[in-house]
Amino acid sequence: MRKISRLSRFNIASLALGLAFLYLPILILVIYSFNASRLVTVWGGWSLRWYHEFFGDRAMIEASWMSLRVAVASATIATLIGTLAAVALSRGEGFRGRTLFSGMLYAPLVMPEVITGLSLLLLFVALNAERGFWTVTIAHTTLTMCFVAVVVQSRLGSLDRSLEEAAMDLGCAPVRAFLSVTLPLIAPAIVAGWMLAFTLSLDDLVIASFTTGPGSATLPIRIYSEVRLGVKPEINAICTLVIALIAVVIVIASLASKLSSSQGESAAPL
Amino acid sequence: MTDELPRTDTAANAAGDAHPAAGEPLLRIEGVAKTFGTFRAVDGVSLDIKAGEFFALLGPSGCGKTTLLRMLAGFEAPDEGRILLGGKDIAQALPHQRPINMMFQNYALFPHLSVRDNIAFGLKRAGMARADIATRVAEMVALVKLDGLEKRKPDQLSGGQRQRVALARALARRPQLLLLDEPLAALDKKLRENTQGELMELQRRLGMTFIIVTHDQEEAMTMADRIGVMNAGKLAQVAGPRELYEAPRSRWIAQFVGDVNLFDAESKLRDGHRLVIGTRDAGTLVVAEPRQPVGESRFSVAIRPEKVKLSRRGPASEAGHETAINRLDGVIADICYLGGTTTYKVKLDAGGVVQASVANSARLDVDAYSLNQQIVAWFSPDDCVVLPS
Repeated sequence: MRKISRLSRFNIASLALGLAFLYLPILILVIYSFNASRLVTVWGGWSLRWYHEFFGDRAMIEASWMSLRVAVASATIATLIGTLAAVALSRGEGFRGRTLFSGMLYAPLVMPEVITGLSLLLLFVALNAERGFWTVTIAHTTLTMCFVAVVVQSRLGSLDRSLEEAAMDLGCAPVRAFLSVTLPLIAPAIVAGWMLAFTLSLDDLVIASFTTGPGSATLPIRIYSEVRLGVKPEINAICTLVIALIAVVIVIASLASKLSSSQGESAAPL
Repeated sequence: MTDELPRTDTAANAAGDAHPAAGEPLLRIEGVAKTFGTFRAVDGVSLDIKAGEFFALLGPSGCGKTTLLRMLAGFEAPDEGRILLGGKDIAQALPHQRPINMMFQNYALFPHLSVRDNIAFGLKRAGMARADIATRVAEMVALVKLDGLEKRKPDQLSGGQRQRVALARALARRPQLLLLDEPLAALDKKLRENTQGELMELQRRLGMTFIIVTHDQEEAMTMADRIGVMNAGKLAQVAGPRELYEAPRSRWIAQFVGDVNLFDAESKLRDGHRLVIGTRDAGTLVVAEPRQPVGESRFSVAIRPEKVKLSRRGPASEAGHETAINRLDGVIADICYLGGTTTYKVKLDAGGVVQASVANSARLDVDAYSLNQQIVAWFSPDDCVVLPS
C-alpha cells in the first residue's frame, strides 16, 4: 500500500532539528559516560571505567537505592489514593462541590515544586517528624497522586457507565461489578499512572531536598551536590543508567495506555 | 437449533421463585413516580403486564419511558409506588437481586471479554456448573445465530452481530422479564426490519415476557401486542396497535402515532347517530357519534391521510347517504412522491389544508393529479375521530 502522506523535505528538516534540540545533550552525555579520560570535556577513548567507579562508590549506590525505594513506595501509595480519588470524582456526578474537588485535586499539577516542598517541610517540622525515607515518600506521594488521578480519571471518563450496570444486571453486587468489569478496563491506565509516578519521584530534586534529612539523600540530591564540586565523569555514567531505566519505564507506560485505549474503543469490524 | 427452552430457570435466578398466581399479571406497576431535582420524570404510572406479553413503551425522548424501564431493572429506585413481580414488591431491590435482565441501548458488551465470556458472564455469577454454562452458551449462540464467532471480542463484530451478543447475554439467564432499551436504534433500516421479525419470533418461541422501549412508532406497532404511549412522565394510552392508531384517546396521541389531519370544531349538532360539526378550516363535517360523549369542552375532528380520498368530481353519491359524505373542495398545493404512496396536500376553499395519502397501485399513472389542480377530497363519517383538544 502506498503511503498517503509523505514527509516533505521541510518536514524532515524540522523533525531533525526538533529531535536534535531534545536529544543531542543527552546523546553527548551518554557518549561521554564511556569516556576513558578523567577530564569531562576531553575524549580519551572508549571505556567502562566510570561505570565501574560508580558501582564502587558506596554513597552513590546508597543514594540510588534510597531513590528506588522512595520511587516504588510513593508510586504505589499514590496509585492507590489517586485511583480512588479518580473513581470517586468520575462516579459522584451528583455530589455538591465536585468541580471544586476535582480542581483542588489538580492544583498540585501546576503548583511550583518549591511551594509544595516548603509547605511539606513546615508540616513535618510542626509534627516533629524525623526527616528521612518516609517524609520523602509522603512528599512524593503528594506530588504524584494527582498525576495518577488525571490518567485514571480520563480513562474512566471514556468508559461507558452502562458496562457496570450491565454487570449488575447480570448478577453482580455493585462492588463485584466494579472489580470484574471496571477494574480490568482501567488497569492499563492504573499501570501507566504508577509508571508516571515512579519516574516523577525518581527524578525529583526540589521536593526531596526540602523533605529529606541527613544521611538519607536521594540520587538527584547526591548528584547535584557532587556536581557543585565539579563534574566527575562518574556522574555521566549514573545519568546514563537513570536515562535507560526511565526510557524502559516510559515505553512500558505508553504501551500500557495504548492497550487501554484500544480496548475501550469500538473499532471497525475486521 | 434448540426449540424448547424452559420458561424460567431457578438455577440462574436467585429470586426466580416469584411465580404469578393464575389470572394475576406477571408485572404490576402501581402509581410509580420518580423525580430528578424538580423534574418529574415519571409521574404516577400504573400498568399491568401479563406473562408472555410483548409490550412496548412508546414516547418521544424525555417522556420518561427509559426512566421507567430503569426502575424495572433496578438502576433507579422509585420515589413513590410499588413494582410487583409475581406478587412480590421489588421496587427497592438491587439489580442483581431481580429475575429481570436488560438489553442496553448501546449493548454495553464487556470489551475485554470474548463473545462466549460475555454470554457466560451472568451464568457464572449465578453459580452454574461449568458444563451447564458451556451447554447454555452454545444454546444461546445457536439461538441468535452467532456460530463461529464465540472467540471474537466485541470490537471485532459488526453492529448487527453485537446486537445479537447483547440479546444472547440478556437471555442466557432466562429472566422472567426481558427489558429492551431501544434495541434496534443503532441498526440500519433493512437490518432493523429483519431483526424486528427475529425478535418477535424469539419471544413467541421462548414464551418470555418482553418490554421494549422505543421512540419509533412503526417498530412498536410491528412488534408489540400492546403499546403504552408515554408523554411527560404519564401513560397517555395503553392499547393494541390498531386501537391506538384508529381510536387514539387524545389529540396528542393522534399526532404522535402516525400522520393525521385535525380540524378544530366550533359548533356541533346531533343528527341521529351522527354529529354535524362546524369547523373553522374545513366547513361542516359529519362524523359518527363518538363512544365517549363529547362534553362542552373544545374538541377537534381527526382524519388519517390514507382515509381521505381524492377525485376530480367527488364520489358517486349513494342514495340516502348523500348528506353524510364529507366533501371538501380545494386545489392541490403540494405533491410528495414516496414510492409506495404519494401524499397530496390539498388547500381547501374553506381555508384549511388536508393531507391525503394515495397508494400508487399502478406503475404508470396517467391520471395522477398535478399541482394547482381543482380537486374534491372526501371521506366517510365513520373514518373520523372526535378528540378532545
